[in-house]
Amino acid sequence: MMATYLFKRMIQTLATLAFLVVTTFFLLRLAPGGPFDGEKVWPAEIQANIEAKYGLNQPLPKQFLVWAADLLRGDLRESFHYVGTPVTEIIREALPASFQLGGIALLISLILGLALGILSAWKRGTWLDFSAMFIAVSGITLPTYLIATLLVLLFSSWLGWLPPALWEDKLSMILPIVTLSLRPLAIIARMTRTTLLEVLHADYIRTAFSKGLDERTVILKHALRNALIPVVTLLGPITASLITGSYVVETIFQIPGLGQYFVTSVIDRDYPLVMGMTLTYGIILILCNLFVDLTYGIIDPRVRLENVK
Amino acid sequence: MMMRRFMKDRRFIWSGGALLVLCFLALFADWIAPYAYDAVSVGPNLSPPVNGFWMGTDVLGRDLFSRILFGARLSLAVGFCTAIFALVLGTVTGAVAGYFGGTWDRVLMGVVDLFYIFPMLLLAILLTLLLGRGFTGIFLAIGMTTWVTQARLVRALVLQARELPYVEAGRAIGLTHGRILFRHIVPNLLGPMIVSLTFQIPNNILTESFLSFVGLGLQPPYSSWGTLANEGFRGIQSYPHLMIFPGMALFITMIAFHFLGDSLRDILDPKSSIGSQSGQ
Repeated sequence: MMATYLFKRMIQTLATLAFLVVTTFFLLRLAPGGPFDGEKVWPAEIQANIEAKYGLNQPLPKQFLVWAADLLRGDLRESFHYVGTPVTEIIREALPASFQLGGIALLISLILGLALGILSAWKRGTWLDFSAMFIAVSGITLPTYLIATLLVLLFSSWLGWLPPALWEDKLSMILPIVTLSLRPLAIIARMTRTTLLEVLHADYIRTAFSKGLDERTVILKHALRNALIPVVTLLGPITASLITGSYVVETIFQIPGLGQYFVTSVIDRDYPLVMGMTLTYGIILILCNLFVDLTYGIIDPRVRLENVK
Repeated sequence: MMMRRFMKDRRFIWSGGALLVLCFLALFADWIAPYAYDAVSVGPNLSPPVNGFWMGTDVLGRDLFSRILFGARLSLAVGFCTAIFALVLGTVTGAVAGYFGGTWDRVLMGVVDLFYIFPMLLLAILLTLLLGRGFTGIFLAIGMTTWVTQARLVRALVLQARELPYVEAGRAIGLTHGRILFRHIVPNLLGPMIVSLTFQIPNNILTESFLSFVGLGLQPPYSSWGTLANEGFRGIQSYPHLMIFPGMALFITMIAFHFLGDSLRDILDPKSSIGSQSGQ
């Protein structure tokens, strides 16, 4: 059973990844402009020579096959833009900052989001509920770039408490982490509150109350477990987007992470780097989703893996 | 009966009213705005908010208030159009997959799953490169990445509706599948679909502003709120008004849509838990 599930799952995963990579490759190459169209205008022979060196003069499907063959050997090629630097090295250097930023932000948003959601469902209608939901609504409705700018203006320009950018000491990490965690925090808090309130109407909760259990035990032990399932579903995409780094946060705070390359590599038509980035993103997202599916079974024993889509 | 529930809901009145005012301002920007959105040197350059230019002016001496008014038109248009595109495409896909099931379901939902994993930012960049940085590129980038959510929602709803007595009755009197599906089932799902639309529109406005902020969206002299925020961001230390006012406009719109969606959900679709979850 488990083996068939894992096998099916692997085929599905590989197909998804292949789709992602193939689509990116061809869309990217169909877009006008090339990696060597700079301000410098080269003589036609030199241009042709460079293109021949990188195999860009071959038909597209063939280029793709060559790229895929290199990939299987673990070679992601050298970047066009950062001449001579292998793509694997660029990604390896950028990963730690993104993982750090995303990991801490995820932890914070998970803990605070759950806490806020539970609190506001528990004390619904009180000022606690209203202020928690105010934070949640602002987190969902404010664009990240605005949150970042307002925080920098307030805490570094006007108050001078925190550095406005960079990723060096602990102090400089506060603002980017707060910015990045606000939105997932808000989403988790709202989701927790909604599902918790729904679950609280269920029969088994009434039974728990009538057994004479106190509110605290009922909410934390009985209700929360069932309310967590939709929250866990959200975690996959949230984790992937946090770890691959929010482009805006990394740009505004000048953090040397993955996010920045997502946009710049495409604009530079740095084909090998774009493909490397896409692959990294896809793998992280797939791992996150797999992790989420496996977590379901732990939280809710009724869920059998075969039923998980 | 329904009407009274709408009028009793304070959130609905306030947020709906705010959005009506906003749509009015956007539609009649030509008459309301004191200057054209691209008229340069109508005032001093980079003036802070003063009498006559109560939101200040930008680096070319353009009136920020006028630019934000015209920006409302662009931002709202992108939000509405992409949400309706996603609604139509998602509804047809989801309805067919859910109603016919079997191979249809597997193939269509397979496509949906493939799109689901595609990183929005990457697709948006590729599409804007391919189609140019205009309305079409933005439109397709946002539309193509959001319709899958809609498709999943409609499929789940149709799966439930398929088993209801009125569908069986339709089949018994010999209606065609297409007629049952699009004349009877889909109109019955209007409530949840409207609710998800009110969450989708602000999400798309936010995405547009994000893409424009990154520099992939509408280009100057057009003034969507994201474009304005992008221009304002460069001088944020010295001229914060250039970023704060477009940001405020966006924030107010988002809040209004948010509460409208919440109240509509409570009135039209009390059981569901659709919410604004995706986006940047």
